Amino acid sequence: MNGLLSVVRRLGRAVIDGVWRLGFATRFFGLLLLYSGQSLRRVHLTIREVYFSGVLSLLIIIVSGLFVGMVLGLQGYETLQRFGSGDALGVLVALSLTRELGPVVAALLFASRAGSAVTAEIGLMKATEQLKAMDMMAVNPIARVVAPRFWGGVISMPLLAALFSAMGVFGGWLIGVVLIGVDEGAFWSQMQAAVDFRFDVVNGVIKSVVFGAAVALIAVFEGYDCTPTAEGVSRAITRTVVSSALAILALDFVLTSFMFRGQS
Amino acid sequence: MSRTTLDLWVGFFVVIGMAALLFLSLKVGNLASANFSESYVLKAQFDNIGGLKVRAPVKSAGVVVGRVTNIGFDTGSYRAEVTFVVDTRFQFPRDTIATILTSGLLGEQYLGLEPGGDVEMLKSGEAVQITQSAVVLEKLIGQFLFNKAAEAPAN
Repeated sequence: MNGLLSVVRRLGRAVIDGVWRLGFATRFFGLLLLYSGQSLRRVHLTIREVYFSGVLSLLIIIVSGLFVGMVLGLQGYETLQRFGSGDALGVLVALSLTRELGPVVAALLFASRAGSAVTAEIGLMKATEQLKAMDMMAVNPIARVVAPRFWGGVISMPLLAALFSAMGVFGGWLIGVVLIGVDEGAFWSQMQAAVDFRFDVVNGVIKSVVFGAAVALIAVFEGYDCTPTAEGVSRAITRTVVSSALAILALDFVLTSFMFRGQS
Repeated sequence: MSRTTLDLWVGFFVVIGMAALLFLSLKVGNLASANFSESYVLKAQFDNIGGLKVRAPVKSAGVVVGRVTNIGFDTGSYRAEVTFVVDTRFQFPRDTIATILTSGLLGEQYLGLEPGGDVEMLKSGEAVQITQSAVVLEKLIGQFLFNKAAEAPAN
């Protein structure tokens, strides 16, 4: 009886804790937006964060984009040529990259490369009481530390996703046209006939902006909310990567079902 | 505040990000060619549209001149009503024939326009009068079997 009671009690505490955190996260997001005006006026802070989360992620994004595109080229050709339509390789590579793989894989990489770094930085600032010190000096830590990191992520993400897709298409071209010998004209012209600017490219950009906001918010919140100890910071980083990945995939499903339901 | 190397890197990052977006919209997508700046609306009624979909191309002599924007069902005549836009650069005579065709054996279906000889041109909002429905493979096979059965001597 007592054992059962303690299980129920623990479950209840976990649920209440979760709801509490969610409420705090929402209030935190509200404050973040409220103080964004202040921090965006000091634009060099945001530019610095674009450097740390965007520029330093360039290499991993470019290399993985290239490899994903090359794998798509090999696997896509293998399947398409069974139906005698190897020429449609460009369509396959471009559509899967602009619609899904570009935003999603770039966001997953971004979460593990830049999101975790942001959480670690803010978490360590909290553990070493730098955030409290700022508060003492009447410097708002949300405006000075959190908001620039959030906006840096939101700005970097669509650019990184576009770069990922472009590199992927280039990788697909490298394998399809240069290595396998798909006709170059058919590769590009079928791609251009099938990929619609508004429907495919813009929707991909919208997706990447949403993912960027989600990843950046999770990263700064987990850092700000972490237990200020070494263990707490490490847990917060793990939570950032895990919940960003889950959020990206769940949001991707929701956005896809809005954007591409039953058309073409 | 002075310029720093960090600014240079961020600028470089934004430039190649924008270049990638430009590449996606111009080279991968078809923003340059299929953006109908000015277009007019036409309608056509069909007995059967087969697998025609919204956003399917409208072609004349194989050249894309427009896009299908809406497919509806007319309860008055029990026929499918297809609405499509055509670029204003391309004007078609009033006795143009609209046909639903398939590109290749298993390709997507599109709307074909075959211009007639009328001197008056179709205006925006008007309907194409002469239409030809999509070829339904099942009906063709059924007809073929029926003809075969009629030819064969009864026994």
